[in-house]
Amino acid sequence: MRQALEGSQAIARAVALCRPNVVSAYPITPQTHIVENIAKLVADGELKCEYVSVESEHSAASVALGAAAAGARAYTASASQGILLMCEVLYDIAGLRIPMVLTCANRAVSAPLSIWNDHQDSMAVRDAGWIQLFCADNQEAVDTTIQAFRITQDTDLPVMVCVDGFTLTHTLEPIDLPTQDQVDDFLPPFVFARALDPRKPLSIGTLATPEWFTEARHSHHGAVLAASDAIVAADRDWQQLSGRGCGGLLQVDGPEDARIGILCMGSVVGTLQDAREAMPALPSARIIRLRSFRPFPAQALREACSGLDQVVVLERALSPGATGIVGAEVRAALYGVANAPRVQNVAAGLGGRDMPLTLYAQLIELAQAAATTDFAILDVELDKLPAEDRYPEAAVAAVSGDRS
Amino acid sequence: MIEVRIHGRGGQGNVVAAYLLATAAINHGDHALAFPAFGAERRGAPVAAFVRMAKQPFRRRDQVAHPDFLIVQDEALLHVPGILAGLKPGGGVLVNSRRAASELGVEGTVQTLPASELAVEHLGRPMPNAPLLAAFLLLSGALPIDALKQAYSERFKGATLDANLKLIDATAAMVEAGAWQETADAASA
Repeated sequence: MRQALEGSQAIARAVALCRPNVVSAYPITPQTHIVENIAKLVADGELKCEYVSVESEHSAASVALGAAAAGARAYTASASQGILLMCEVLYDIAGLRIPMVLTCANRAVSAPLSIWNDHQDSMAVRDAGWIQLFCADNQEAVDTTIQAFRITQDTDLPVMVCVDGFTLTHTLEPIDLPTQDQVDDFLPPFVFARALDPRKPLSIGTLATPEWFTEARHSHHGAVLAASDAIVAADRDWQQLSGRGCGGLLQVDGPEDARIGILCMGSVVGTLQDAREAMPALPSARIIRLRSFRPFPAQALREACSGLDQVVVLERALSPGATGIVGAEVRAALYGVANAPRVQNVAAGLGGRDMPLTLYAQLIELAQAAATTDFAILDVELDKLPAEDRYPEAAVAAVSGDRS
Repeated sequence: MIEVRIHGRGGQGNVVAAYLLATAAINHGDHALAFPAFGAERRGAPVAAFVRMAKQPFRRRDQVAHPDFLIVQDEALLHVPGILAGLKPGGGVLVNSRRAASELGVEGTVQTLPASELAVEHLGRPMPNAPLLAAFLLLSGALPIDALKQAYSERFKGATLDANLKLIDATAAMVEAGAWQETADAASA
């Protein structure tokens, strides 16, 4: 039923529809409303679930790990510093191939302190071995949350559902919340084949000597790559059931004969789409939105870029001293591909800086520029900085290797 | 598309006002988004929230830079620099104030309403949202007042709901309905 819901409230209701057995969380802005709403559903008796309030995010992830290892459908959520504090446990969860779902309410990482949205937190744990799915809007946050519980039990890999803090979590919009029957049809009861059982004692996470560590990594890597099929299948099945799909691994939108592509992740996609419509005098770009960042959909990306002369990768995080993170991976995926487009790479909207419609015009201008931008922060306002911190264009270009 | 910016102070129900307005629009079958401005979250600090509403679906999520209307929950905020920034020419400003619009020293299309006093009378607390939102909808004709009442009935219940519904009715008698209709229609067109 279509109704007006705050993103966090809708995500909480979606989690409840998936009948989790254990939810463990520590509140942090902008994740707080999600876990508050789940706690309320439990307290009101609407959700039968063990809700564990813990003293830190490290414990939140550890409780979820333990619960899932014992065969419970487990869920947690966090953001920013909370994700960083969870970091070692996130590697454990993935390395142990424990199925569970985590919502990352994407937020910048300190210092300087910012409670607002960018993608640096989930990027900081991109190598932990989790599946990472990024949501375009709150309908997709609901649908992806439900799909994530299915994907995690189909793959024995944990799934991180990334939703933009504030821009999604604190935004009220029309959302079609599925019925319990729909979710029950889609999501079979959770059965974990390797669940810990005192009748059949088993050790997990024990020491792996050099004789075995490599093989563990190899099989984990292969499993994450192979999870593409489960992600696509879950989205397809959910679409058949609900009428709504999320694009599988990535979503491509725009004219087929477009020469310019813009690649992004998360909720900025809607602003870019509306800007394209509002500025018909500018070239109409093909907008490619990565939904799955892990596994990285290299093949689907190559197909999505086919026919383009230019791709501008817009991202919400960076690797200081190198380039953007998504940009580097897009370049790697396109390397050696015949007629591959040139890749321009910029970050914008760091720490919650607003991304207005005019961003689209800036990205088009960048695509049309003669000079190649390996990486730059597009919306930096240099006049706010003392002269010695401005790193004028020439110096940044030298660092980033201007090829023009 | 009608774009509204609501200014208030932390604890006054600033985001709730935006949520109620967008909920009313969504219940009416329109598309709407409501979200807070990115600022400090402290009781008493100046805060702002945005509402976009349109007959047709839209996808943009940038902040509202050029609102058609401002709703100011606390008159004293008019002295904070930037409160009127970006308001479209001819845009309406609705201020919670006991004073006449002409006394506020604000240029433009200004209406005032003693929303806190009305709220104290009906709710026993100076929560100005119900009078301000009712007045905004009556002035602009953007949505029927019943849509607002339905939004309230989804968020509140019991005595609080009843008092708010009475407050909405009491406000209706004090507002020049349709005074901003032209501006609202132009924004929607």
